[in-house]
Formats: sequence, C-alpha cells, structure tokens
Amino acid sequence: MQYKLTTPVTRADLEPLQAGDTVLLSGTVYTARDAAHQRMCALLDEGKPLPIPLEGAAVYYVGPTPERPGEIIGSAGPTTSGRMDAYSPRLLDLGLKLMIGKGKRNQAVKDAVVRNGAVYLAALGGAGALMAASVKELEVLCWEDLGCEAVRRLEVENFPLTVILDAHGGDLYESGPAAYRNSLG
Amino acid sequence: MKTISAADLTRTVARLCIQANRRLPPDVAAALDRARGEEPWPLAKSTLDLLWDNLELADARQLPICQDTGMACVFVELGQEVHIEGNFEQAIHEGVRQGYGEGYLRKSIVADPLRRVNTGDNTPAAITLRLVPGEDCRITVAPKGFGSENMSRLGMLKPADGVEGVKAFIVETVRLAGSNPCPPTVLGIGIGGSFDKVAALAKHALLRPLDEPNPDPFYAQLEQELLEEINSLGIGPQGFGGRTTCLGLSIETAPTHVAGLPVAVNVSCHVTRRATAVL
Repeated sequence: MQYKLTTPVTRADLEPLQAGDTVLLSGTVYTARDAAHQRMCALLDEGKPLPIPLEGAAVYYVGPTPERPGEIIGSAGPTTSGRMDAYSPRLLDLGLKLMIGKGKRNQAVKDAVVRNGAVYLAALGGAGALMAASVKELEVLCWEDLGCEAVRRLEVENFPLTVILDAHGGDLYESGPAAYRNSLG
Repeated sequence: MKTISAADLTRTVARLCIQANRRLPPDVAAALDRARGEEPWPLAKSTLDLLWDNLELADARQLPICQDTGMACVFVELGQEVHIEGNFEQAIHEGVRQGYGEGYLRKSIVADPLRRVNTGDNTPAAITLRLVPGEDCRITVAPKGFGSENMSRLGMLKPADGVEGVKAFIVETVRLAGSNPCPPTVLGIGIGGSFDKVAALAKHALLRPLDEPNPDPFYAQLEQELLEEINSLGIGPQGFGGRTTCLGLSIETAPTHVAGLPVAVNVSCHVTRRATAVL
C-alpha cells in the first residue's frame, strides 16, 4: 500500500501502516544526526526546552552536502540510524512520531515505536540526489557549529519513504528478506 | 627524469574529488544496470531502478550521488623517475581542500577521533603511496563513505579454517551488516599478509574494476562462489529483501605467515567511487 501523510502526524494516522508499505511524506521534517541528538538529550537532562517541537514530528537522520548557489539543498540521503538508537526511545516517549533513516534499529527502539504508535521509515540510502528533489525549503534552526550536522527545518513534498518498523511490531528488514527467501522455495 | 609541480598535483586531486563524487566508474554503473535487469523480486527491482534514477539526477544536476562524499582516500603510484617539485603530501591535502570546497562536497572529517572537531575542509586525505618503475604519476581518488566502512571486519583466522573458514567469515560479515551499508554492496577482500597488510589489501581490492576478475583462476572462482552465496542471503537492495545484495567483489592476496590466515572485508556500497588520472 502507498500512503500520503502530512506532518505533524497522529497515532491514528500511523495505525494502518504496515512494514513494507510506502509513504509519500509532505510537510515539515527536522534534520538531526549524532551530535544534535546528543545535544538534545543534554538539554532534556538540564530540563531545558528543545529547539524543535516533538509532538507528531518527523526527524530525518541526514547531513546534506552544501547547497550550490541558487539551490535549496545539496545531496541529502539518509545516514545509518543505529547510531541514534541510544537517544530515540526518549524522544519517542516525548511525542516524536516519525524517524527517517536507513538500517537496523535495536530492540529498545522497536519497543518504543510500538509503545508510542510511531513508525520508522527508510529513505533510499546512497540516493542523495533523488531524496533532495523532494525538499522545497530549508532553514538552519540551530547548532550551526555542527556544520552538516546542524539542525535544519526542511519542507518536503512527496518525500518517498518505505515503512521499516510499524506500530504493530512489524520489521521489513526481517520480513522482506524472509519473504524473498520463501519465494525461492 | 620528469618533474611534476605540486600545483599540478593539487589541481588534479581537486578535479578527481569532484568527478568521483558526481559520476560512478563505468564498471560499477554497469553492474547496477545489469542487476536491475536481472532482479526477480518486484520491490527490489523498483528500488534498483530508483538508485539508477539517482545516478542520472546527480549527473544532470551536478550533485553528489550520495551526501556522504566520504573520506578522501588518495592512492598514488609514483614513478621512480618522477621528481615532485614542492611538498607532495601538502599538495594532495590542498587538492582535497579545493575539490571539496569548489565541488560543494560535504566536509566529514574530524581532527581527532575522540575530541571530534570537524576540520572544515575534509582534510587530511588518507594517502597511500607506492613507488613504481617509470616516470608516470598515477593518482586515484576513492572517496569512502562510512555507512559501509563501519560494517567492515577483520579476522585473524587459523590456517586450519581454510577456504571454508574464509568464506564463512566473509558471508557472516555481509549478514551482520544487513541493511546498514546501503546494499547492494561492493566488497573489497584481503586474504593473507599481516594484520595491517590485510586491511590495506581489502581497501586496494575496491580499486579493481568489477568486470576484472582476479587473474588467478583459483581466486576468480572463489570470487564467483562468494558472490553467488551472498546473493542467496535475501537481504536485497536497501535490505528490503531480494536477490541483489552485492554487485561484485574483488579478492586481493599476499603471502602470509605459517601460523596465520588473516582476512579483511572492506564493505562498500552501490556508490563505490573512484576516479583516476595519470600525470
């Protein structure tokens, strides 16, 4: 199935999604990678507000290449999500609903996805030019000192994604290869 | 005796950094094109088609194929009859600095592995220098992304593990990597040598075009068997499931010690980049 979603999303919006479905996502997406996640969790430890609103939000694990003059963004494919596993459950429990990246997540993240009715989506790894084509607006929100890891606000239109972890415990990284192997008989 | 100026070296490295990041080597592109023609699993085929679209888009819009424009691995085969006028290493670092700046490539290098401050210009390059006979200077820039680099493994096996042990280690590396290295992957494999040598062999293997099997029929056969075994794992493009888990692999070997059987797998992705020039 293909779904069209616009951020912010609710638990009810994500309920029908199954691992293997595709999503065309529109609306606001925030970028954050390792260093930004570390800083966000440090802010939470100090009881300070975060630079982005988490409720129903989408976070994209990406460090784009610098934009050429006149362009909105450079190349912008996903980075490996597993490096954010240490931070994600906390953010999911605070309302984060969509995580966008690539690669396996640990059990704590899977549990937090189910607990919060959230979804983990894959963007196409290594397809930075293609992913960038859906980005219509970019604003650096904070932590410019982090360079490509600074937190950015992106406005995306029909951003092409695949559901990896759904809210019901489904995992495409397990079910997809298994289905292919079964087809071989 | 031929003289090459540091400035020529710098401009060449800068140009190669940009070229490598925007256009795949013909053999890697051909392997991706062939894979999408042969892939039987629908989701896998459509995923490979999108990766192909990405290549065309990057070329048309002069964008890097992947946002991880990598650590600049620079391989130089320097003829013994060549005199470099100026500082050789500084000239290469300067080439990386200029190429990553002018090409709007991402700066992904931190100056220290634990204190992690970005150098801001993607330097230093990772330089591998080999002295060869003659008066050519052959430079290859192979930008290496770390999504795949992080999935690489090295094992000091026992001689008794033999070829089956080596195969099992390599296949296990791919299985453990799963979806992380952006499959379909390209694998550089080193067998033999010492602890440091085997890793260098694996990295060097990634420079060999995918349509050139190992010249030793024994290892060419092993490359073929490994590719078939890996492509029966079912991981598929992006880990979504399917046949195409690996586009191709190269094995490089070296003599080793009677007591050892080192194996290294340098994992690379469908954006395995390299560009070469001869001065």
